[in-house]
Amino acid sequence: MVLLRQLLRSFLPFLVGLPLLFGFQAALQAAGSQAYTLLLTTVGVNIILAVSLNVVNGATGQFSLGHAGFMAVGAYTAAKITLALAGIKLSFLPEVLSDQIFFALALAAAMAMAGLAGVLVGLPSLRLRGDYLAIVTLGFGEIIRSVIENMPSLGQATGLSGLPLRTNLVWVGVSALATVVMARRLSVSTQGRALFAIREDEVAAEAMGVDTTGYKVRAFVISAAYAGLAGALISHAILLATPRMFTFVRSIEVVVMIVLGGLGSITGSVISAVLLTLGLEALREFQAYRMVVYALLLIVLMLLRPQGIFGTHELWDLKLFKKRGAAKAAPGGAGAGGAP
Amino acid sequence: MSDATLEVAGVTMRFGGLKALADFNLTMRPGELVGLIGPNGAGKTTAFNAITGVYQPSEGDVRVCGERVNGRRPHQICARGVARTFQNIRLFRELTALDNVRVACHARATSGFFDALFLTGRHQVEEARILERAESYLEVMGLAHRRDEVSRNLPYGEQRRLEIARALATGPKLLCLDEPAAGMNAAEKIELMELIRSIRDRFGIAILVIEHDMRLVMGVSERLLVLDHGVTIAAGSPAEVRANPRVIEAYLGDAYLEEKHLAVPAPGGST
Amino acid sequence: MTEFLQHLVNGLSVGTIYALVALGYTMVYGVLKLINFAHGDVYMVGAFAGYYLSDLVGVRPPWSDPPPGAGETFVKATIVTMGSMIICGLLGYLIERFAYRPLRHRARLTSLITAIGVSFLLEFGFQLSPLMKSPIEFPPGPSPRVFPALLERSGYEVLGVNLSNYDVIGLAVAIGLMLGLQWIVYRTRFGTAMRAVSFDPQVAGLMGIPVNRIISWTFVLGSALAAAAGIINAVSRPRIEPLFGLMAGLKAFVAAVLGGIGSVPGAMVGGLVLGLAEEYVAGYTDSSYRDAIAFTVLILVLLVRPAGLFGRLTVEKV
Repeated sequence: MVLLRQLLRSFLPFLVGLPLLFGFQAALQAAGSQAYTLLLTTVGVNIILAVSLNVVNGATGQFSLGHAGFMAVGAYTAAKITLALAGIKLSFLPEVLSDQIFFALALAAAMAMAGLAGVLVGLPSLRLRGDYLAIVTLGFGEIIRSVIENMPSLGQATGLSGLPLRTNLVWVGVSALATVVMARRLSVSTQGRALFAIREDEVAAEAMGVDTTGYKVRAFVISAAYAGLAGALISHAILLATPRMFTFVRSIEVVVMIVLGGLGSITGSVISAVLLTLGLEALREFQAYRMVVYALLLIVLMLLRPQGIFGTHELWDLKLFKKRGAAKAAPGGAGAGGAP
Repeated sequence: MSDATLEVAGVTMRFGGLKALADFNLTMRPGELVGLIGPNGAGKTTAFNAITGVYQPSEGDVRVCGERVNGRRPHQICARGVARTFQNIRLFRELTALDNVRVACHARATSGFFDALFLTGRHQVEEARILERAESYLEVMGLAHRRDEVSRNLPYGEQRRLEIARALATGPKLLCLDEPAAGMNAAEKIELMELIRSIRDRFGIAILVIEHDMRLVMGVSERLLVLDHGVTIAAGSPAEVRANPRVIEAYLGDAYLEEKHLAVPAPGGST
Repeated sequence: MTEFLQHLVNGLSVGTIYALVALGYTMVYGVLKLINFAHGDVYMVGAFAGYYLSDLVGVRPPWSDPPPGAGETFVKATIVTMGSMIICGLLGYLIERFAYRPLRHRARLTSLITAIGVSFLLEFGFQLSPLMKSPIEFPPGPSPRVFPALLERSGYEVLGVNLSNYDVIGLAVAIGLMLGLQWIVYRTRFGTAMRAVSFDPQVAGLMGIPVNRIISWTFVLGSALAAAAGIINAVSRPRIEPLFGLMAGLKAFVAAVLGGIGSVPGAMVGGLVLGLAEEYVAGYTDSSYRDAIAFTVLILVLLVRPAGLFGRLTVEKV
């Protein structure tokens, strides 16, 4: 009974979300609007990237510019697995289900490997101050890409192609949901507060008992793992994994998203990811001007409104959520008082 | 003497060629109130930093409750029972008063990232405990009404009190206060004096105070240490220290000494 | 042995380029504590400015008929180089004045993000298709352009090592500029003021130093040096394109960190050391990892000796 309540509490968002996503996907198929699938996938992937990067850059106040590198690690890991398992299927299951299970494994492996890369990059770098960290993470991102470009088993510059189509809106939706839930639960927990404290004043946080290096690394690893997930999803949507998909320009694009939305605001990251992805699509003819617009956007934003659209505010900070969500605003308070 | 809360023996701090602290010694028992005074630049905050792990002592030993803590990181020393406030207030400015204190409660938390992400029962219990604990410390420092106020918006005196509340929330055995009365008016200082004593009485912790206001520190301390240019020039009760010519010279200069026909005993004499 | 010497020559040649660009990074970091992400792109603009100026001034390739005389070559090369330095100096001034100065009192992260924005603006702005065709085709667009031969290339062989007059002249100009900068920083009032601002801008201001002006001039100087580096590099390696400043800029930054960011002699030494390291490692092992060498050096420096060779680690006052 206790276990059931525990599982319910942990996975509630997914229990609600999954049927909705299946329904949405079916509706889309029925309406024949499958052209939008790739666009929506990109939106979802960008949400994952933005929210996960915000955990490090926004919540913890560390400036990482290497997000694309972790995407690459995740993408290639998942690709190698799905390519290796392409012909195989679990005999006791229909092929479709078997494929999905393998894909789930590939995604999990992608997250694990990206997380591991996060440890390797984070441990030495997170001792460094803001501006140095930016350059070092940028450097690591480039090193990862350089290594991939030089490894024949990873297809070198041409990358891996012929990946099986596995990503669908349900996978993207669940992943995006997982990312947002992760970020939100973190931000209202004592661990999340420790991250904010590190952002506000690292010396004081350390003096108050927070293991700043350990926490910075943890935030970094979590963020890297989700970037890996995003990488795996996008490469199984366009059926390709090449080094050129994961340059530092990609990293900067994610930075623009979270700066625009507001460093430290999950809501801001989500909305900004949606806006920028859709906006980009709408301006397809002006592709050449895209980065110039991005650049101007960054400069103007910093000059006029450095806190971005949302600053550090969240949707759930609004008064109308506060009243009835009194239990949620003070977690562990009156609402969840029925502790097992 | 391992029932001593703090044992600092022969600690010296060198920065390049500069000796900021020379042969600093201090022993404190639970519940003692000790004052650390001296002119600006005397090395008082350096001593704090050496004790709390911000600096590693160039020489000497620091022991907390009998355990040697040299070279440990500040958060580890905090876990062993030393908390501090800062000369220039270092609150978590964008966080509310409540959250500032809740962060300090984190030091004693038993749940981890997994619990937070999966909303386990342990997490719920921990969060409730932290909330209750934080609220009670705010209460003790008279800041309960400021609970949801962003800390950078608080008036200066309340910010200082919040810093103390935050330090207390880590559950320390030794509390180090670095100029807690800076910027306060006379009435606030008297209140602070009462507060410091009541904290000691209520929580039974040892308190080490750096202060410039003589009346405050002499009124609140049971004994004092006087630093000048990194050297301990006097130690004893407030009355003893007040009359010590070397202390007077350090603060007021030798012209004053001459004027008052006082003499500084030669080195090697009693301090 | 000859291979060793060859690498030495090549390493120095590349190293001086890094050193010239690194100086800009280090000077700006010294006075503003800001990593000017856009600096590598100023180097790129320098090369393109030289390209366009050559066109305007009418630089004639050495194989044209009649071939340009020594006087004409010298005059035009000087105009191109100095012109480019002036243009980039102005660019540096504008960037500081309008993108960095308004943010000087805000969080450091804000300036860093703006710097990235400026960098991208230059890189991708230059990649746009030409909006004007005369007197010059600007922006140059993504396709690489060929930098004109400012003077005729002649090669020598010394001790079995291949040298060209490009290498010698480039080295000479670079060293001359570095010596000039050294003189400015350590023997003029401006240099003293610059160093004062790098120690403590607030106090420097109180002492009557016009801080804003000093900072502006620091940018101008650094940018001019980067332009010179761009020209020297483009003469030897004539293929220029809008994105080539990025890598060079990052490597020059590594050189500055290696030497101790904020230290002028450090930047010079760091540049040379990095150039040599890159040359030797790429020469004796697999050269496809060339770019990763610089980053590896960076990571090693930051892990082992973050202050760099000549720098001082500042302790934060608690």
